[in-house]
Amino acid sequence: MARLDEMEGAQDEASAARWEQAQEIAWRVAPFLSVAALIAAWEIVARSGTVTPYLLPSVGTVLARIWTDAVAGDLVTNMLQTLYRAFAGFAIAAVIGVALGFAMARSRLAHWFFDPLISIGFPMPKIAFLPVIMLWLGTFDLSKISMVVFDATFPVVTGTLVGIAGVERELIWSARNMGASERQVLRQVVLPAAFPQIMTGLQVALPLALIVAVVSEMVMGGYGLGGAMMTAYRFANSAGVFAGIVEIAVVGYVVVKLMAVLRRELLLWHPEAAEPSTA
Amino acid sequence: MNNALIRYAPLAICAVAWELVARLGLVSSAALPPLSSVVVAWVDLLRSGDLFSASAASLYRGATGLALAVAVGAVLGIAMAWWRPANALLSPLVEMFYPMPKSALIPVTVIWLGFGDGSKILLIFLGCMLPVTIGAFNGARSSDRVLVWSARSMGASRLRMLWDVVVPSAMPELLNGIRTALALMFILLVSSELIVSRQGLGYLIGYFGADGNYDTMFAVVLTVAFLGFAADRLYALLTRRVLAWRD
Repeated sequence: MARLDEMEGAQDEASAARWEQAQEIAWRVAPFLSVAALIAAWEIVARSGTVTPYLLPSVGTVLARIWTDAVAGDLVTNMLQTLYRAFAGFAIAAVIGVALGFAMARSRLAHWFFDPLISIGFPMPKIAFLPVIMLWLGTFDLSKISMVVFDATFPVVTGTLVGIAGVERELIWSARNMGASERQVLRQVVLPAAFPQIMTGLQVALPLALIVAVVSEMVMGGYGLGGAMMTAYRFANSAGVFAGIVEIAVVGYVVVKLMAVLRRELLLWHPEAAEPSTA
Repeated sequence: MNNALIRYAPLAICAVAWELVARLGLVSSAALPPLSSVVVAWVDLLRSGDLFSASAASLYRGATGLALAVAVGAVLGIAMAWWRPANALLSPLVEMFYPMPKSALIPVTVIWLGFGDGSKILLIFLGCMLPVTIGAFNGARSSDRVLVWSARSMGASRLRMLWDVVVPSAMPELLNGIRTALALMFILLVSSELIVSRQGLGYLIGYFGADGNYDTMFAVVLTVAFLGFAADRLYALLTRRVLAWRD
C-alpha cells in the first residue's frame, strides 16, 4: 500500500513537472504570439475589404515595396542618408555636450552663462526652430545636421553635469592628495565616475537624433527615409508610406539596441553591469 | 531679487546681442530680424487674435492626445507589472515600437484621419503612450514587496492592494514617464503641424516663413518655445505637489 502511494506521488510529481514545463514553454512562446497576432490582424483587415488598400495596404504589398526599393538600391541610399545625418549630428552633439558639461563644471563663469540657457533650452520644443534653420542654412545636409545637433546636445550636457556633480568628493581629494594633476584627475577620476550618467544622456540623445533627422527630412524633402516617405505620401502611394514606417522602425530598433549593447560593454567594470538589465 | 538678476543676466545678454547683431547689419535683417521688431510683430499677432486661436487649436490637440496616452499607457504599464499574461503579450510589442522614431507615423495618421485634429491627436496618442507605459511598468514592478506582503496579510483584496499600494508606489516613475511624454508631445505636435496642417502654431510658423514675413515667424517660434518651457515647468511644479506625501 505504501509503495502504491509512493508510486502515485511520483506520478503526481512527474505530471506536475510536465505541467510546469508546458507552462514554461507557453510563457516563452507568448511573446512571439502577440507579434504574430499583430501581423495577422493587419493582413486580415487589409484583405477583408473593410478598409480600402489606400488606408491599409496588405503586408505582402508593403514587403514587395520594400523589396523593390532594396533591389533598386534606393533603400540603402535613403537609409545611409538618414543614418549619416542622425549620427553626424549625434556625434557633434556628444562632443559639444560633454565639453560644455565639463567646462560648466570647472568654470563658474561658464556655469553662470550657460546654466539658464540650458535650463530654458532643454524643455523647449526646438523643432519649432526648423524653419529658422532652413532660412539660415538652406535645405541640405548642413541644415538637417544642425537641427539634430541643436536638439541632441541638451540631454548630453545635462547628463554630463549630473554625472560630474555626483562624483564622490573623496575620490577627487584622494587623487589630488596622491599628487595627480588637474588634468589627470579629470581624465582618470571624474570622467570614468561620471561616465554612466553621460552614457544615459547619450542614450536619450540618440533616439532624439533619429526623430529630428526624420522630421527634418520630411519638412525639407530630398533623399533619406523621411523624405522618401513624404514623396510616397504626396503621390498617394500608401504602400510606400507603410514601407517607410517599417524601414524607420527597423532602423530605430537596431540603433537603440546597439546603443544598449555598447553601454553594457563600456560599463562592464561598473556595478550596474551586475544588475538585471531590461535591454 | 538680486540673485535672480545675476542668474538670468545671460538671457538678457543674449537678447541684447541679438538686437545689436541685427541693428548693426552684421547679418541681413531677412535672416535675423531685430528682437524689437519680433516683439512688435508678436503684439500685432496677439491683437489680431490669430495667435490665440492657433494656440488654442494646438493645445487642444496636444492635451487630448496626451490625456489619452496617459490614461491608456498607465493602465497598460500597471497591468504588465501586475499580471504576467499581460506582460508576456505586451512587452514584445512595447519593446518593438518604443525605439521607433515616432515622427514616422505623421503621414499614416493623415492618410487615416485627414488634415484636421483627429490625425494629430492620434499621432500624439500613439507617440506618447509608450514612455508612459514604461514609466508605469517600472514603477509598479519595483513597488515595495514588504508593503505588498503586509497589505496582503492584513487581508487586502487584490484590487484594493493594486489601488492602495501598487499605484502610489508606481507614481514617481509614472510621473517621470509622463514628463518625457510631455516633451515628445510638443515635438510631434509642432512637426505634424509644420508638415501637414491648416491650423495651429506649427502651421502659422510655416505659413509666415513661406510668406517671407520673418518678424512674425520668429514671434510664433518663440511663442511655441515658451509654451513648451512653461508646460514643463508647470508640470514639474505639479509633480512636486503630488509627490509631497512621500517625505
